[in-house]
Amino acid sequence: MIRSWPGFLAAGLVLLSLIGPLIAVFLRAGEAGFSDLSFSAADQAALRFSLLQSFLSASLSVLLAIPVSRALARRRFRGRAILITLLGAPFILPVIVAVMGLLAVFGRSGILSDLLALFGLPPVQIYGLHGVVLAHVFFNLPLATRILLQAWQDIPAERFRLAASLNLRGWQSFRVLEAPMLIRALPGAWLVIFALCLSSFAVVLVLGGGPKATTIELAIYQAFRFDFDLARAAMLAMVQTLLVGIVALVALRHDAGQALGGGLDRVVQRWDASTAVARALDACALFLATAFLILPIAMLVWDGLLGLAQLPPQVWAALRISTIVALSSTALCLALAVPIALGAVRHPRLEAVGLLGIVSSPLVLGTGLFLMTHPFANPIDLAFAVTTLVNALMALPFALRVLVPALRQSEADFGRLADTLDLRGWARLRYLLLPRARRPLGFAAGLTAALSMGDLGVIALFADPNRATLPLQMFRLMSAYRMEAAAGAGLLLLFSSLALFWIFDRGGRGHVEA
Amino acid sequence: MLRLEHLTLTQGGFALSADLSVATGSKLALIGPSGAGKSTLLNLIAGFSAPDQGRVLWQDADLTDLPPGQRPVSILFQDNNHFPHLTIAQNVGLGLRPDLKLSEDEQRQVREALHHVGLSGMEGRKPGTLSGGQQSRAALARVLVQKRPLILLDEPFAALGPALKVEMLQLVDQVVQETGGTLIMVSHQPEDAKAIASHVSVVAGGTVTAPIATDQLFANPPQALRDYLGG
Repeated sequence: MIRSWPGFLAAGLVLLSLIGPLIAVFLRAGEAGFSDLSFSAADQAALRFSLLQSFLSASLSVLLAIPVSRALARRRFRGRAILITLLGAPFILPVIVAVMGLLAVFGRSGILSDLLALFGLPPVQIYGLHGVVLAHVFFNLPLATRILLQAWQDIPAERFRLAASLNLRGWQSFRVLEAPMLIRALPGAWLVIFALCLSSFAVVLVLGGGPKATTIELAIYQAFRFDFDLARAAMLAMVQTLLVGIVALVALRHDAGQALGGGLDRVVQRWDASTAVARALDACALFLATAFLILPIAMLVWDGLLGLAQLPPQVWAALRISTIVALSSTALCLALAVPIALGAVRHPRLEAVGLLGIVSSPLVLGTGLFLMTHPFANPIDLAFAVTTLVNALMALPFALRVLVPALRQSEADFGRLADTLDLRGWARLRYLLLPRARRPLGFAAGLTAALSMGDLGVIALFADPNRATLPLQMFRLMSAYRMEAAAGAGLLLLFSSLALFWIFDRGGRGHVEA
Repeated sequence: MLRLEHLTLTQGGFALSADLSVATGSKLALIGPSGAGKSTLLNLIAGFSAPDQGRVLWQDADLTDLPPGQRPVSILFQDNNHFPHLTIAQNVGLGLRPDLKLSEDEQRQVREALHHVGLSGMEGRKPGTLSGGQQSRAALARVLVQKRPLILLDEPFAALGPALKVEMLQLVDQVVQETGGTLIMVSHQPEDAKAIASHVSVVAGGTVTAPIATDQLFANPPQALRDYLGG
């Protein structure tokens, strides 16, 4: 038996930290009088833009993922495993780093513009709607591909054998086998990405802005940072919570499957895909997708190497702060996730508490925490503590998703043995549960550390001009048009995020038998 | 004496009732078709399932509400009898102390038990590096150190070859002699029962017969057993 009260305690704390700020926001908006708070034309534009960019981003990501995941599902080639791993990488890639890489490829002075100039064409413009959508597709095409690849592999191999024996070819077998699967899988994938894009912040902060390209999330930041209009920030935060909450609820009903874990290494034998046209199409899809994912990062690494020499001293200070924040977030996240996951073995509903973190947007949480703290303390002094807390809460759902199945499995396999040996409490944790969960623990810690290291969200609300986390420092360098130094900082950030992930994940792999 | 007093259990469409006593020191085999409830009966005795009605008594003490770890019971399952991430010595040591804080004397007991089952020198190995027969031996070493009076076997040797299985049953016999325990084992094979059991109960049709002396039973099998054995 596992004791459940620590899980309920941790879940209660999480609930409090998620709901508390919401209540603060609600009260503040109410104080100003809901009737006095008109939803201005600018706010309406922000709502429209939020929905429009999310709609386009989700639709494009999912549509483009169809040919890519299909090719991955039916082709065996060298580097396939690496490519699938690479598809998981955007998850831990700092957003600001990717945006900088996209600027280097698609920006005004990027390689695409250089190429166009050779033909006498004008440079491309990345800022605004299409830049935001481009960056969101960069992040979510891999996610959509992994979700669809999973769905593709859920079609039993025997069906393809049957289709081959019935001589169904190309389009026919697509219609009979694959189209029904897509009709089931696409809405879930689309909804998840739509929800993610609605609460995306850093991408819009850099590539959006201006009256034409402001999302609600960005509008909260602007109301806060530029006007210090807390009532308006609170009102926008409520709109955002409602919006994301509704979409997330719908998305949860359409469970999109778990694209986090492994199990994507199987290639189904297909008899209908051997034509030259099919091969060429698959090769083309895979090549374009790979280039789209790798090129921006390669450009950033290249520019970053040149920029390393120009790093101002603040960058090193920011690196230290970010590392401390990331490690504290990781510790906090695991301290909450482990008891909740243990409790969820017997009370599955506990896991839902973690999922609430997906519904809450970081900036809304930040606004609430600001409102809660500023009567007592200078919120700027609490900037890093608040960032640590919010990052831990944001990573919690992912940590739970990794931990709960592992713990449930080890209870299913060894719970009875542990029961007859009277392994309880600490002894059970030490000799059964933690050793069995070592790999997922390492993975969850790695995810949390990398997410926290690369996060540019709530810190933007609180930071004072002299101290910053590394992503914020990088953003400041970009805003000051010190692009070489920003690229150097970006390389440093990329390296530290990946290193943190690698160290934890590696530590979890250790030398565990069986 | 183990007493199963008017036990009934219903799970979904499955129902089992039992009312019988097992004398201390006897070796009882449970025989019957798959799905008849042999493992369920062991689970009731070991405390993994709770009966809807009735009581489980050991030497007149009521066990019905005790958790599995606090019953006077050692059980070997079909599989997963070891924690794969712990060494053999740790796996055996857990039988002595769940927190593994073993005294000198207890460590000696672990070594002796392993020696006894023929696994000297394997203390530091992980279960995954042992053969199936060696894993069974290690599990029996734990039963030895646990010294609990009731030993339950839920077909732990099902995956072993016939010769190895006979060897293991002989080892079980020894262990039971030494701990002075009472053995209850699930079996599909009449030979297993004949080889080791002093008594047999037939589990079929949702009920369990009272223990019958083994030679007597096979000399004059009841209808339920004849149906199961066929021919």
